[in-house]
Amino acid sequence: MQALTNRLKPVDRRKMNFLERLYLVAIFKGMLITFSHIFKKKPTINYPEKTRPFSPVFRGLHILNRDEEGRENCTACGLCAVACPAEAITMEAAERQPGEENLYREEKYAAKYEINMLRCIFCGLCEEACPKDAIYMSETFAPADYQRKQFIYKKEELLIPHPLKETAAYEKALGNRAKKKVN
Amino acid sequence: MCYYSKLEGSGGKCRTCLVEVAAGSTADPRPMPKLMASCRPTVMDGMVIKNITSDKVIDARNGVVEFLLINHPLDCPICDQAGECHLQDLSYDHGKAGTRYEFKRRTFEKEDIGPFIQLHMTRCILCYRCVYVADQITDKRMHGILDRGDHADISTYISKAIDNDFSGNMIDVCPVGALTDKTFRFKNRVWFTKPVDAHRNCENPKCCGKATLWLRGDEVYRVTARKDQWGEVQSYDNKPGWICNTCRFDKKKTGDWSIEGPTTISRHSVIGANKYKTLEMPADTIKKVLHGRDPKLLMNIHNVSGVNNPNIHLSEIDRPSHMEDFERSGEFVKGAGESTQWGLPKE
Repeated sequence: MQALTNRLKPVDRRKMNFLERLYLVAIFKGMLITFSHIFKKKPTINYPEKTRPFSPVFRGLHILNRDEEGRENCTACGLCAVACPAEAITMEAAERQPGEENLYREEKYAAKYEINMLRCIFCGLCEEACPKDAIYMSETFAPADYQRKQFIYKKEELLIPHPLKETAAYEKALGNRAKKKVN
Repeated sequence: MCYYSKLEGSGGKCRTCLVEVAAGSTADPRPMPKLMASCRPTVMDGMVIKNITSDKVIDARNGVVEFLLINHPLDCPICDQAGECHLQDLSYDHGKAGTRYEFKRRTFEKEDIGPFIQLHMTRCILCYRCVYVADQITDKRMHGILDRGDHADISTYISKAIDNDFSGNMIDVCPVGALTDKTFRFKNRVWFTKPVDAHRNCENPKCCGKATLWLRGDEVYRVTARKDQWGEVQSYDNKPGWICNTCRFDKKKTGDWSIEGPTTISRHSVIGANKYKTLEMPADTIKKVLHGRDPKLLMNIHNVSGVNNPNIHLSEIDRPSHMEDFERSGEFVKGAGESTQWGLPKE
């Protein structure tokens, strides 16, 4: 039969000599490899004290964006929900009333917006589908929890902090990637 | 965009159906010098028409679409027509993604034209279909086009409310989102609702009583006339199946209708996404596998989620929903949604 790769090595079945039968040389060789690793660079880090930088394309927890005046960008157009392959996103739309212009950017807004993080596969299609710059995937993980109901993320959890009222929290939520974009 | 076979005199307004006439007829085989709107001229023996085989036609249509989109607001994320909008389809077919227009778009003052129909004049492409509906289907004409050219505006004269029994059909004939159903406004996106064919015995002799219901769960969110493959109202016995306002706006319960089956949706339409072809639920095999025991569900989504709350019936609100409609769900206490059928412990 033709070999699939050229890395094939036949097993050596010759009778072992006395030195080989002692196994001491083989053990010593193995220990040498083990001990040499003490002096090599550690590939692991002490998480959670230290964290690695995120990749520029990392897709973490979702965030619902606001504009510069702090109005919600989302208009509940449903494109994220229809793009979602896991059907994790659901929403209810409502009409903006007179006097709510400072809360919502457009005539229609999402009264309820939920992402089921148990269903979400963090593929980022919602981010791509959004025509209103409203949903982004941030640089945070979904934290672990004991109860399933904690994973239904509602608007309170998803909305970015108000850029004018909670400036510090907003800057933090923007993350490293957004800061780079500003220049 | 403007021609509607069920409306007499329609067509010839939007110029999106331009074709090249390579030969006029057998008697006079000369080509016509200019592109013709295919909805208006009469067909002659020996006529040769070039449609998409002519570069001139494609180029002219692209230009027409660009002109139609000059003043169109492109607020598809908000518009209720998105998903079944003919201008959306047309611009995807012909238009370019970018725009060369740098000036202010045409805007209008908002006008209330009655309790059932929402008019968004900025979205209007002036196809005149709704005016023909008012002329030909309703008893007396209540609205028309005022002013000319760029300022042309669809309005009810002296802001008269449209109260005719068949005025709702304007919503169905509107190719864009200029006339939309106020009772459905912002309730849901078209592609999340499930269209089913249904009929009822309407008291109105002119109403055909055959309609498409757009459901979410068992709630009737919207009623429209049945559409054929060209997006026009279907005909029954050579009569177009217009429906009356009672059927359209007042009968929002499944009990009012006899449901025939799911509407056939073109597989190219977003409306058909994630829909089943039959209304019957497939048999649940889990119980059989578990020897008659119900599966133990760890969470009833309605206990946690505020979306699609079983205690809120949006179909019963005859206006767009507001925040307080969802906040009324405060009455919905945690225990209300739970039931023993889920096998959940009471919280």
